[in-house]
Amino acid sequence: MSAPLVLDGTPATRPLVRIAGVSKQFGNGTLAVRDVNLDLAQGEFVSLLGPSGCGKSTLLRMVAGLGAPSAGSIDWPTTTYDSAGRLERDLGFVFQDPTLMPWATAIANVMMPLVLKSMRKPEAEARAAEMLALVGLKGFEKAYPRELSGGMKMRVSIARALVTRPRILLMDEPFAALDEITRHRLNDDLLALWWQNRFTAVFVTHSVFESVSLSQRIVVMAARPGRVMADLEVDAPYPRDDLFRTSAEYAHLCRVASETLKKAIAL
Amino acid sequence: MTDSVLPVAHDGTDAEARPVFAQERRILGVPASTWPGTLAPVAVGILGLAAWEILVRVYAVPSYILPGPLLIAQTLVQDWGTLSGALWITLRITFAALIAAVTIGVALAILFTQSKWLEKSLFPYAVVLQVTPVVSIAPLIIIWVGDLTLSLLICAWLVAFFPILSNTILGLNSADHNLVNLFQLYGANRWQTMRYLKLPAALPYFLGGLKISGGLALIGAVVAEFVAGSGGNASGLAYRILEASYQLKIPRMFAALVLISGSGIAIFLATSAIAHLLLRRWHESAVKREN
Repeated sequence: MSAPLVLDGTPATRPLVRIAGVSKQFGNGTLAVRDVNLDLAQGEFVSLLGPSGCGKSTLLRMVAGLGAPSAGSIDWPTTTYDSAGRLERDLGFVFQDPTLMPWATAIANVMMPLVLKSMRKPEAEARAAEMLALVGLKGFEKAYPRELSGGMKMRVSIARALVTRPRILLMDEPFAALDEITRHRLNDDLLALWWQNRFTAVFVTHSVFESVSLSQRIVVMAARPGRVMADLEVDAPYPRDDLFRTSAEYAHLCRVASETLKKAIAL
Repeated sequence: MTDSVLPVAHDGTDAEARPVFAQERRILGVPASTWPGTLAPVAVGILGLAAWEILVRVYAVPSYILPGPLLIAQTLVQDWGTLSGALWITLRITFAALIAAVTIGVALAILFTQSKWLEKSLFPYAVVLQVTPVVSIAPLIIIWVGDLTLSLLICAWLVAFFPILSNTILGLNSADHNLVNLFQLYGANRWQTMRYLKLPAALPYFLGGLKISGGLALIGAVVAEFVAGSGGNASGLAYRILEASYQLKIPRMFAALVLISGSGIAIFLATSAIAHLLLRRWHESAVKREN
């Protein structure tokens, strides 16, 4: 059993995303994020863990390009620009709500990113169907969002985020509104998808257990102003199943993360 | 038969999938459970008409004060030649006005949502057009335009277009903000955002506006005809009502009134049916509650 260690220094290879000295102040004067320095390596699974109001969602949105930082920079060292001069971030985003188009079927929702990239319809449809099958929704292609349960809607949302085969998947507390059992299932399936496809995953959560069971690395953030408190490594092998979630190692990791979070909140 | 989406067993999928379209017994193509709701108002109508007929006969009310329903029906059949021609003229103006209201209303709404400044500077004038009573400007329009049919069309359009404009603007602006973000993330251009996101999101609002405007177009056409008050071959139902009142042909007046109300109801049912067909699979207003 290995104890998690606090990382310092940067990975040897070039990171996918380099967040350097980033602050974000909103129009009303709130300092949501203060001086965050963070590198996201290719293929790693990182959780941003913190209490509500710690700016983790704001940080995630800035990484996605929704809103620019007030200070500092977010660089994508290995990424090129498209013909229109836009950074080809090549990312998928999963919101806290499924955020599906209610007028479109599951497959039409999943196809949308491809349609927007002007892919031909038969090809887009085939890839969307394949993606729906991967998230366990084969047979539900023609269902409308209102005909699906909360967990299934979230699966459609994940399928839509992954259908472009992005290099990085950003998730903003995606399972927070779901019940415990559904959340466990989705966590397992998400890990399996990540394990097979090896995209970089950034997972915003306020659940210690979720962050420990999913990620290789937990970035603990404190609130008001939002800042990074600790960068913990979760040194446990995958696949992480129910066996892992009942192990002593898991309990130990949770305690360490929990104590760090407590310190972050107490500040 | 409705398309049915049936739950399929999967590994790793939530078991809470629910069958959505349960088959129901149908009578004459209408689900059995909706029949009482349809029959109740019909029964009330028949009772009311019967009471009317009885009262008119018992108190021997002269037909130039209040004709009974049977006499009105008889007049409707007798005068069908004149009345149907007038009905056709009124309906033509109504539909032309409604089509113009939809086209111009939606086009302006799209234009307004492209630029906040355009909306800010032009929308107040749309409101001015809406709040000015059509009766008060109809004479002016008739003088300015010259052509009677066109003047009537403009009057009916003035009344009908505002609900479509304001509802469609509301709808275009009410697309889920995170979906707008998502479209931005995927680099969607204005046209794609409009076509795949904003227009579908605006559809329920537009259809709500259409339901109101359908009735208003008819009212606008009738009111404008009253103001114009001219005879000749371009005279619609409103003129027939005026004419009948001068000649004290009250049953004929009622018959024309029946046609106007009937047209209004038909327009409402038609727009409701369109809305239901377009929204039944996804919008909360059109789907049945399942509890």
